[in-house]
Amino acid sequence: MDTLEILFYALSAFAIVSAIMVLVSKNPIHSVLWLILVFFAISGHYIILNAQFLAIVNIIVYAGAIMVLFLFVIMLMNVQSDKEPQKKLLIKFIGVLSGGSLLILLIALVKQTAQLEGKQVLMKEGTIGLIHPLGKALFNDYVLPFEISSVLFLSAMVGAVIIGKK
Amino acid sequence: MKVIIGLIVLWPLVGFLFNGLGRNIWSKKTIAYKATGYVLASFILSIIAFLNVQAQGAITVHYFDFINTDTLKIPFDFKVDALSSLFLLVITGVGTLIHLYSTAYMKDEEAPHYARYFAYLNLFIFSMLLLVLGDNYVIMFIGWEGVGLCSYLLIGYWFTNATYNYAAKKAFVMNRIGDLGFLLAIFWLIAKLGSVSYGHVLTAESLAKLSTTDITAITLFLFIGAMGKSAQIPLYTWLPDAMAGPTPVSALIHAATMVTAGIYMITRSNILFSASEFTQHVVAIVGISTALLAATIAIKQNDIKKVLAYSTVSQLGYMFLGLGVGAYSGAVFHVITHAFFKALLFLGAGSVIHAMHHEQDIRKMGGLKSKLPITHITFLIGCIAIAGVPPFSGFFSKDEILAAAFAKSPIYWALGVVGAAMTAFYMFRLYATTFLGKFRGTDEQAHHLHESPFAMTLPLILLALASAIAGAIGIPALMGGHHWLSHQLTPIVGETKEVALSHSIEWALMGASVSIAVIALFIAVNRYKRQADGEPNTALGKFLYNKWYVDELYNNAIVQPLNKFAGFLKETIEKNIIDGAVNGTGKIVQYSARKIRLIQNGQVGYYILFIVLGIILLFLFWFNDITINRFFNNLIK
Amino acid sequence: MPIQYYIFFCLTLFSIGVIGVLTRRNAIIVFMCIELMLNAVNLLLVAFSKMHNGAALQIAPGSTAGIDAQIFVFFIMVVAAAEVSVGLAIIVMMFRNTHSVDINFLNRLKN
Repeated sequence: MDTLEILFYALSAFAIVSAIMVLVSKNPIHSVLWLILVFFAISGHYIILNAQFLAIVNIIVYAGAIMVLFLFVIMLMNVQSDKEPQKKLLIKFIGVLSGGSLLILLIALVKQTAQLEGKQVLMKEGTIGLIHPLGKALFNDYVLPFEISSVLFLSAMVGAVIIGKK
Repeated sequence: MKVIIGLIVLWPLVGFLFNGLGRNIWSKKTIAYKATGYVLASFILSIIAFLNVQAQGAITVHYFDFINTDTLKIPFDFKVDALSSLFLLVITGVGTLIHLYSTAYMKDEEAPHYARYFAYLNLFIFSMLLLVLGDNYVIMFIGWEGVGLCSYLLIGYWFTNATYNYAAKKAFVMNRIGDLGFLLAIFWLIAKLGSVSYGHVLTAESLAKLSTTDITAITLFLFIGAMGKSAQIPLYTWLPDAMAGPTPVSALIHAATMVTAGIYMITRSNILFSASEFTQHVVAIVGISTALLAATIAIKQNDIKKVLAYSTVSQLGYMFLGLGVGAYSGAVFHVITHAFFKALLFLGAGSVIHAMHHEQDIRKMGGLKSKLPITHITFLIGCIAIAGVPPFSGFFSKDEILAAAFAKSPIYWALGVVGAAMTAFYMFRLYATTFLGKFRGTDEQAHHLHESPFAMTLPLILLALASAIAGAIGIPALMGGHHWLSHQLTPIVGETKEVALSHSIEWALMGASVSIAVIALFIAVNRYKRQADGEPNTALGKFLYNKWYVDELYNNAIVQPLNKFAGFLKETIEKNIIDGAVNGTGKIVQYSARKIRLIQNGQVGYYILFIVLGIILLFLFWFNDITINRFFNNLIK
Repeated sequence: MPIQYYIFFCLTLFSIGVIGVLTRRNAIIVFMCIELMLNAVNLLLVAFSKMHNGAALQIAPGSTAGIDAQIFVFFIMVVAAAEVSVGLAIIVMMFRNTHSVDINFLNRLKN
């Protein structure tokens, strides 16, 4: 197996383990930290797919800003791990079961789809993940959504401020 | 002609609407004049129609299509021939007289009720005219139902009395039982012949299409209908109870017109009846049995109207006997004469009741001869007519029936003579007890005795005249007459089978029946002119007095079990099962709603769970053959 | 790498996120699992974009087929950021009112 495959499997395993740890941790701060590790793993995936821009943006925005925000809120809530109530065992079981069956179902579906047979993902090469083509496409074809997203941010900011006011 | 016939039928309908809708508006005088006037107008037009038929023969008048489908056409036609025009005359003529009589008899009622009475009476005339004029069985049935309805309405006229209401219900229900038979006959006819018009059904070709079973069944069902309407065994008990209505009603409906509807129907369908020996036997036997049964009961009754009621039943029995032995014109003749003298007798009884201030028990009467002269004479004429004494009309009509009966079988004749003797006996018992001897009532009643007003006595006089001379329309060849009536009816009933009896036998029969009747007459007068009957003290007397306990029998055998059954249905089935099911559905919905509502517990976690479950289900449905089968196959592989 | 591998991987992450949403009672953790789901989808989109690009490059080298997916990912991140800020504001508000972040307490939609 060449490095690419090893990298792929390693990153995947790492991501899955971290995700499970997110679920399982009692302490919410630990959950946040494990989630940051997941984001790093996914950024690693982006890099081997040569989507460099997205990898960096993922780290900066998600792991950097959003998770930090979560951490702030958790620390503000003063959530204690020993006082947090747990859901009933039955509910947990049903939850795991339904999630699991969703997974199995979707996997089964995908396995039979004939159109996906033999398609290969281009790794390590390809220019579309680089900043230059991405920027060109963004500002030529998708400039309107781009501008509207700035309005979206504005409204989110205003909303957050208003909701947060006493 | 079409207009005239239409008007004959429409005038009484207008009267019904006028009096019915305006009963709170018009004064009693207006109501009386209008109601009587409308029927009188119909009478005059009926005369014109009758003369027209004499001149031009029978006609069929078409008004509109009542039912018009591919397989079944029932037009609203009227058939005006000798039979129906004669009945028209009788109905409207006697009807006018009774309306006139009622204006005085019902004088004590309040104006709205007065109007109600005349509205019903006019509606009755309208229905009866429909019955008689219709050109097919369905129109006849419409009239049939209409007269049944009016009978109910009029018997229960004084509706505040519960017994009267019961009697009205009884009449209607028994009529209904007969109507079922009539309907079945109509359905059978439609099934076999595809039409109910007289022109299609009562022809030789149609007869050929029907098998013997068909004809027997149809005629038997028609006869059942006639049994209900014309009060034969076993559906006769309503008629004596129907005396709860006002006396003019009894006169019109239960003597002269409605009860004769059955005879009209059978005469109209005579082709069918002549083709079925079995039914004819049934009709004759039922007829003569009814005649005898009713006569025996009448001998012991003490209510003046009840005697007349049983007398009606008995005379109807004679008419059916006539129909059963094939003497159709004889039966029709008896219908006409009976209409006259029975209406006369009822109106006379009404006059007596009016004078006696609504007392109806003849044991409390007596010696009214001097106080009510006109009533007395006319009543006497009626009694002589009904007893069958020549030269009054009853003799001719009854004799024609008896002669035909003898031709069929001497037993019928013998029984008929016995019945005639009993008729004479009880009628003159009634006459003697009421009018002869000394007055047995209270002094207060004696003070009030007076002759009735002119509006009441005029019809009595006219009817008495009619009873006396109506025999002229049917004088048999035997006596040198030319039987006008049977010639009239020949187109409808076919040639009257010339009774194959020699003249001497006929004279002998006549003489025998008349003499027996006269002897019975004198025995009755002798016995009762001094005193009335006491309480019945022999077993036979009690049996006859209690009407052979038939009402009690019906009650125990039929009414009580039906009531119990209805009660059972109501309690068990209706309340428990059906209501239970309906209420149970509601309860189930409520219960499940209560339980399902708990899903909406406001917890987001639950909602998301259901979302996920829903998505899983959706995927399963969309890709069901792909997912399950192939996936598990792959897994196994 | 065949595309199925990526699909399976992303599906796994996604369903872990689903399980997390159904299982956890802390509202903030639930929110985080939603972010996890979003990320799984992002990765899948990028994988598909590379797949299409790879196929297109065989035919016409230098084409930029499949770049739309990466732009879509970009916008998803935009939206996720906005949503997180507003959502956390709501949670803070909730905490101020009920002094708890238990989602079972948020049953005002009951009945």
